Amino acid sequence: MWSYEKRLQFPVNIKEPNAKLAQVIMSQYGGPDGELAASQRYLSQRYATPYREVAGILTDIGTEELAHMEMVSAIVYQLTKDLSMEEIEASGFDKYYVDHTVGLWPQAAGGVPFNACVFQSKGDVITDLFEDMAADVIPL
Amino acid sequence: MNNTSCEQNRMLMDIGIIDFTLVELTLYLDTHPHDKQAMEYFNHYARIKHQMVKDFSARYYPLTKDASTETREWKWALAPMPWENAANPVMEGGCK
Repeated sequence: MWSYEKRLQFPVNIKEPNAKLAQVIMSQYGGPDGELAASQRYLSQRYATPYREVAGILTDIGTEELAHMEMVSAIVYQLTKDLSMEEIEASGFDKYYVDHTVGLWPQAAGGVPFNACVFQSKGDVITDLFEDMAADVIPL
Repeated sequence: MNNTSCEQNRMLMDIGIIDFTLVELTLYLDTHPHDKQAMEYFNHYARIKHQMVKDFSARYYPLTKDASTETREWKWALAPMPWENAANPVMEGGCK
């Protein structure tokens, strides 16, 4: 189970909304190597690992990825707050806005919806570790 | 509850700094579970964080449900959510 702390891991204070930037940063939330994928990758892989230390660190890393997801979500939320219709159209955000308005929804920058196919969980600790390295660039 | 004081910002920022130390120490200890020196560091900062969360929660709003000591109103529901500016300490300039 999990418990919740009512604060971000690192503060987010966006001064000016910027819908163009939000569309790019959104990928770090719901894109193929984003924080949603990262959290679900580690939290899915942990069950089948034969080593308790590895299951433990996958749990703690997966938990931290959830905190990262919340920071990235806060960035997207604050970047898309108080936008005018003119800004929405001029920035190209209108294609997202028509389906979600300013609601957070996990998708890649190119508009591809989040899909569990962006990560793997094979029940083999070495295979999964290599998949983690491919996704996180710098190993864990 | 939307006006965050300098003291509130400072306490929240300090909790974030201490917790970051704990997160990193946790990941290290997960793969080095017999390192006594790292455990001493962990226990030291965990005690400090526990006290800071308790102090913050008593003065402003509960950061965790466990830290709630309210009898009059359920501040857990009334406090700013983490993505609001009111819950994010200003990094520079805004607090002297």
